[in-house]
Formats: sequence, C-alpha cells, structure tokens
Amino acid sequence: MRNIVFEFKEGLLIAFRALRANKIRSALTMLGIFIGITVVVLMSTAIKGIDNSFQKGISALGSDVLYISKWQWFSNDDWWTMRNRKNIDMAEFEKFKNLAKLPLAIAPTTNSRRTVKYKDRRVESVFLNGSTSEYVKTTNFTFEHGRFYSDIESNSSRHVAIIGSEIAKSLFPRGDAMDKTIKIGGVNFKIIGVLSEQGSVILGPFNPDNQVFIPIGTIFKNFESRHGRTITINVRAINPGMVAETKDEAEGIMRKVRGLRHNEVNDFSINQQEALMDQYNSVVGVIQIAGLFITGLSLFVGAIGIMNIMFVSVRERTREIGIRKAIGAKRRTILIQFLLESSTICLIGGTIGLLAAVILSMVVNQFIPTSVQVDVVIIALVVSLMTGVLAGIAPAYMAAKLDPVEALRYE
Amino acid sequence: MNIINIEHISKVYHLGIEEVHALRDISLRIDKNEYLAIMGPSGSGKSTLMNMLGCLDTPTSGIYDFNGQSVSTMSDNELAKIRNKEIGFVFQTFNLLPRSDALHNVELPLVYAGLPYAERRERAKQTLIDVGLGDRIHHKPNELSGGQRQRVAIARALVSNPSIILADEPTGNLDSKIGEEIMQLFEEIHSKGNTIILVTHEEYIAEHAARIIRLKDGLVEKDEIGSRGNIQKPKVATE
Repeated sequence: MRNIVFEFKEGLLIAFRALRANKIRSALTMLGIFIGITVVVLMSTAIKGIDNSFQKGISALGSDVLYISKWQWFSNDDWWTMRNRKNIDMAEFEKFKNLAKLPLAIAPTTNSRRTVKYKDRRVESVFLNGSTSEYVKTTNFTFEHGRFYSDIESNSSRHVAIIGSEIAKSLFPRGDAMDKTIKIGGVNFKIIGVLSEQGSVILGPFNPDNQVFIPIGTIFKNFESRHGRTITINVRAINPGMVAETKDEAEGIMRKVRGLRHNEVNDFSINQQEALMDQYNSVVGVIQIAGLFITGLSLFVGAIGIMNIMFVSVRERTREIGIRKAIGAKRRTILIQFLLESSTICLIGGTIGLLAAVILSMVVNQFIPTSVQVDVVIIALVVSLMTGVLAGIAPAYMAAKLDPVEALRYE
Repeated sequence: MNIINIEHISKVYHLGIEEVHALRDISLRIDKNEYLAIMGPSGSGKSTLMNMLGCLDTPTSGIYDFNGQSVSTMSDNELAKIRNKEIGFVFQTFNLLPRSDALHNVELPLVYAGLPYAERRERAKQTLIDVGLGDRIHHKPNELSGGQRQRVAIARALVSNPSIILADEPTGNLDSKIGEEIMQLFEEIHSKGNTIILVTHEEYIAEHAARIIRLKDGLVEKDEIGSRGNIQKPKVATE
C-alpha cells in the first residue's frame, strides 16, 4: 500500500514535469476538456434552474387541488369528444357544492383576457380569473397588501380586483396599488389586494403573478356570456392524504349532478397537478437527456483529443519509456505515470471549466434563476477525472507493455 | 563467487516466418570485480548478449543465474527489480531524460527503488560529485558536453550500488580524448571493487579490460585474458 502511495506521488511529480515541458500542447488538450466540462455543467445547471422554477410554479397550483372541467389536461383522447361534452355551468356548481362533504373549499372559475390600464400604463391581454370568495382557500396565496374579495363582494359582483405581483409592478412601479381604480377592458375596478410573488416565470399566463382576480359574476356581466361558456370547479381536499377520497366523492357527485347512468362514461374530467407534472416530466425528461447527451458529446470529443495526444506522447517518448524500464520502472509504474498525466490534464481542464461555468451561470442567473450546486461540482470533477483515466488507459497500457529493448532502440 | 552464470543459452527471434538465431549456445561465468569486454562484429550477437546480461530480455533456452537467482524464469516485474537493484546501464547514446537535470537523471533509479526524497537526492548528488560533476548537478543534458553527459549516465549506473555495470559502446559517441577520460573513470570504478562488463567493437577500448570475450555468429569464439589480465588475474570461465 505504501508502495502504491509512493508511486502515485512520484508519478504525479513526473506527470507535472511532463506537462510543464509541453506547455502549449498541454494547454490545447486541456481546452477540449475545459469546453466539455463548461457546457455540461452549464447545461445541467440550466436544466436544474428551469426544473426548480417549474416545480415551484406547479406547487403553487397545489397538489391537493382537483380541477373538475369539461376538458382533460394533456389528454390523448379525441378533442371532438371533449368539445361535444356539455359545458359545466353555475347551476351544476351549486348542486355540486351542496352535495360535497369532504372538500376544504370549492370554487367555480372562469377566465377572460382583457387589457388592464391605470392612467397611461397598461398591460395587454391579462389573464382574468373569475371566482368566488372561496377561491382563495383553494390556493396558497399570500398577500403583499390587502385581502381577497369577500362573500358579499363576490355574490353581489362588486367591481373589486386583486392583482398579481407582476401586474402590480407594471402598473404601479412605486408600489402604491391599493385602493386605486384600474380599467379592465374599459370597466372600472377597485384594487383591494395585491399578491406577493407566487409562482415562476415558467408558467407564463398561468402564473398568478400575471393574473387579475375578480368576482365571477363580474366576468359574466362585463366580459363573457354566461351561456356557451364552461367553468372549472376547483376542489381542495382537506389535506394531501385525502385527495383520493375527495376525488372519488367528486366523481360520484358530478355523475349524480349530470344524471349519468352506471354504464355511461364521465362527460367531465377531474384534473390534478399530477397530470401537469407527468406531462412536464415526460417533456423535460427528453429535453434533459437530449441536452446532456449533446453537451456530453463535446466532452467526449475532448476525451478523444486527450487519448490522441497521449498516444502521440507515448510514441514520442518511447525511448524515455525504454530508459525508465531499463533502470527499473515496472509496467505498473509506467502505467500509473501515463494515467496520472492524462488525469492531471483532465482534472486541471475540468477545474478551469467548472470555474468558467460558475461565472457563466451567474450571467444565466439573470434570465433563469440558477446556481451551480455542490453535487454538480463534485460530479464535474469526478467526470473529468474519469475522462482522464478512460482516455489515458489505452495509451498508458501501450506504454506499459513496451519491450524495453525495442523501446531503447526506437529513434 | 560468480555473479553471473550462463549455461547454454540461446536466443531466437522470429522475423515473419524467418528464424534468426542471435545467440546459439553460449556459456559464461563472470566473477565479482571482473573487468570484462565483449567484442564482436555487428551481427555477432553481442547486443543480444548484452540485453540478456542486463535482464532486458530473457533467453529462449538455457540457464541464466544472477547472484544465484534464476533470471530465465523471471516475470517482467522481477526483471525490472533486478535491473533496478543489480545492474547499472551505460549506453552509447547516453540515454538521459532530456528534460530533466543531471540530479534528477541520476536520482531516477532510486525513485524506482522507493527511496525517500531527501536520501536519494543526497546519494545522487554525492555520486555526481564522485564522477566529477559536482558543479553541474542542475544542468540539463543539452547544457552538457558529450563527456559530461556520459559521466551523468555513469553516475546514474553507479548510484544504486549495482552488482554489475553494463556499458554498451560507452565511448562510441565521444572523441578519442574524451573517450579515454571515460575509460579512466571506468578503471577507477573498477578499482573500487565494481564489476564491469564492456560491450565494444573497438580493440583499444577492449584493451582496458582484463578479460575479452569474442563473439562470432552467436557463439563464443575466444575467451582470453586481455593485455592487463596479468594484473587482474581473472578466472577463465569453464565452458
């Protein structure tokens, strides 16, 4: 054991000596690994960043919320079948609400898109969410200022609005949104609440930060027809453990409300965040694998470069290997020497690549919240070391098994 | 006491379908503190014999005992160990590591022997002083003259106190004056009790040795006492 440690130490010294002796070549070889590690680290960091913000966004939807809707999310079923389903209307919602015992909260939602204006500031095509006062209980919203609309306000369809943090930033850069009157699609609404930041950029218009929340009645009164428009019933279970039971109950009640016979299929769908998650995972999974594969290729090219250089180096130093063997270097000693040389190149290149990736990820962080994690750092270093060992093994083996007589004769 | 005992060794190379008998049947005994020259024209097998003696190669058949150990059956690693501890090589082309200074070159056998840094540095330095290069220890080979390079090589051969010094045409790349100085150095080394085996095709170089073995076509043609043999009184090998 002490022998091996000694040989590693000596091998390392010899490797450094060899790298110093061929500065330009060593640097160029390192460049291959440097680029490889940089892009792989950046890619995995970016993927992680996107993933994190999506997870955060999705969890804003709540894992314990069911969405009863005419449409099934991410379904492969025939679009026409769903399109021909009966719309869910407010009457059905009322019946549902009266029959459901398990849920923590039940709220009907519908939506529209309108331009929101305050004085000369405006945001186009804002996602308007219309619901009842119970809606807030189906979310995990936190408020920067004010409150959600009350039962009375929603029942009497008052012109009150709660705005998301992004909307607030756009219309009221100074943060004085409370009690201001804004125009939504030309109709006056009074701001009674401002949400603090909830979701993430990934969700786009579904991000609550980009939405305005108003009583459902005001949507029907001002923006959308009550007829020909389907609503979604948001149902929140008491706790995540009760989701399955709540879902079973909801299905039974909806079938009852719809008057379906036992042999008729559901003419509605009960959606969950899970479906969104599954969809996301299947899409992003592919992107992740493809991304890492493509960037991994550049690392692979770097490894081939190392292997190439090591072969050249072994050939160039055939005589040196012969000398070393003649004066007592064992096969193992030569093998270790060349393996250490390629590993050192890779480890140095990888470390520099990692530093570059950390710096670049700070730039990327301006667009996607991301940072290089410790596990990525460790993996990157291990990968570069492994690359060095794998790329070096064939040349090192070739060097180790050289016949000393032949090697000494080599010109 | 025999250091080297060779009995009926042969070496056959296969070049394609052709068999080359580099050594046919050679028997040889070499004693401690002998000064021996191996001579012969090119193709006589002297390089092969030298590789064999230096444990760089193993015979196709026959027995080779080195200090009582059977070399003919040794593995690569055991051969490396023998080369490291028992044999000091001096080559015609010096064979120094070009990018390392004299000290590192001389120290190298001790590195492979596993000696700690301080000790091997000290020994390498002392050996360089012994061969007259005390003021050149940090020079690289390309900063040294031919004679100096060969002195570094000799220091490297001596540093691990080997049983034999094996010199292959040590003056072949040097002019005659420098060559003579190197031969003087070998005499000094020999007089300190070392065993020296010299491979050469130059008569006047072989003259330095006490015993001259002449090879021809892979066989020992003559095993004779050199002009200085009377001083050294070598034991003639039994064949």
